[in-house]
Amino acid sequence: MVKTQDLGHLIDQHPFFADLEPALRAALVCCAANERFAAGEHLFRTGAEARKFYLIREGRVAVEVEPPVRPPIILETLSEGDVLGWSWLVPPYRIAFDARAQTGLRVLSFDAACLRKSMEADPALGYAVLRRFLPVMAHRLSAARMQMLDLYGPPRAPKEKKDKKPKKKAKKS
Amino acid sequence: MKPADPMLPRLFRVEKVRRELSDTFTMELVAEDGWEFTYDPGQFNMLYVFGVGEIPISISGDPADRARLVHTTRAVGTVSQALDELKAGDSIGVRGPFGTAWPVEAAYGRDLIFVAGGVGLAPLRPAIYHALANRDRYGRVMVLYGARTPEDILFRKELERWRGRFDMDVLVTVDRATGKWSGNVGVVTNLVMKGGFDPQQTTAFICGPELMMRYGAQAMEKRGVGRDHIWLSMERNMKCGCGLCGHCQWGPHFVCKDGPVFRYDRIADLFAVSEL
Repeated sequence: MVKTQDLGHLIDQHPFFADLEPALRAALVCCAANERFAAGEHLFRTGAEARKFYLIREGRVAVEVEPPVRPPIILETLSEGDVLGWSWLVPPYRIAFDARAQTGLRVLSFDAACLRKSMEADPALGYAVLRRFLPVMAHRLSAARMQMLDLYGPPRAPKEKKDKKPKKKAKKS
Repeated sequence: MKPADPMLPRLFRVEKVRRELSDTFTMELVAEDGWEFTYDPGQFNMLYVFGVGEIPISISGDPADRARLVHTTRAVGTVSQALDELKAGDSIGVRGPFGTAWPVEAAYGRDLIFVAGGVGLAPLRPAIYHALANRDRYGRVMVLYGARTPEDILFRKELERWRGRFDMDVLVTVDRATGKWSGNVGVVTNLVMKGGFDPQQTTAFICGPELMMRYGAQAMEKRGVGRDHIWLSMERNMKCGCGLCGHCQWGPHFVCKDGPVFRYDRIADLFAVSEL
């Protein structure tokens, strides 16, 4: 069993909550737990209620989507130092993608309902959490757009402009 | 001794051709007159396939090896496809070396981070060889490499060998995982954002598609690396190789002469100019 002060220490060690005020950290500790997942285990599945988010302490997670009759497509991998999951912040709090441990995984998990309640009650905590999530969301949106560009694909030749056909001259009568 | 006329190709014989990827190959060339070729990491040559044409290709070999000239390229156009069809024993014309180099010596004493995307690893490889040959002169040495898929990872065996060293870090990511790939998935800028280096003490060399370099340089800046310590290798339509013809003009620069390696603070504004 991990003690409360140990959870506080683990939160301090993770870059996501670096430089957090002690009072705010104490509020986070109330909603936090230390968890482990085995390789292959799912942390969450598409469509489920977003009950938690995770700070990865060790190991790697694949964020993926499972198309019908096809193996899952990995959209990105996250590892030590990353935060996983923001559906808990956005109503109706439903998970958008699967998350599966690729390796043995150590995480700090945070109870979404508990933290939302604390954030409602304490705007300073709400601001501290959101100002950490927003840059991550912006970076991942930008990264997803870059992936869509297929930057390393074969170069596409620019379309050649078709020469305009010269207008037919009117026949002289 | 260098040829007096930079416009005059020297005859080289193809010693070996190695298939790297489905559309990418490496050629080892030796001067037919035994000439020893010297160059700095990051420079390029004009390779001339007789009867077809001439194109600029970065040198991808070890600068300490003067006997062999090594080029890696992707067969995408008429001349590069003709290069791809050459076999050991065939001859080509070589002009060069041209252009600016990665400032490997100016980075002595600092962490050195190589950020490469796709075939952009090839022009960086001579600088990596230099860094490893002078390993004690640098702080951390890291290679951050992004490829399209696991099958598109260039110099895979070499990356694996480098990763096995205790004195450098190699992180690889792919845009799309295929098969049994169990490594990182995501863009190379993710690696930049997470890489364990001291931004104040870092020099970054970035090479890849232009958009990747733009975002890579921005990520380096976000991490706190100064613009004057970020270097990029640009690509334009180089023809003469020595700033005479103007084909590769990019704003106030001729990429063949003022580049291809540029310091980011000198070109950052040009990235924002459309259709340049």
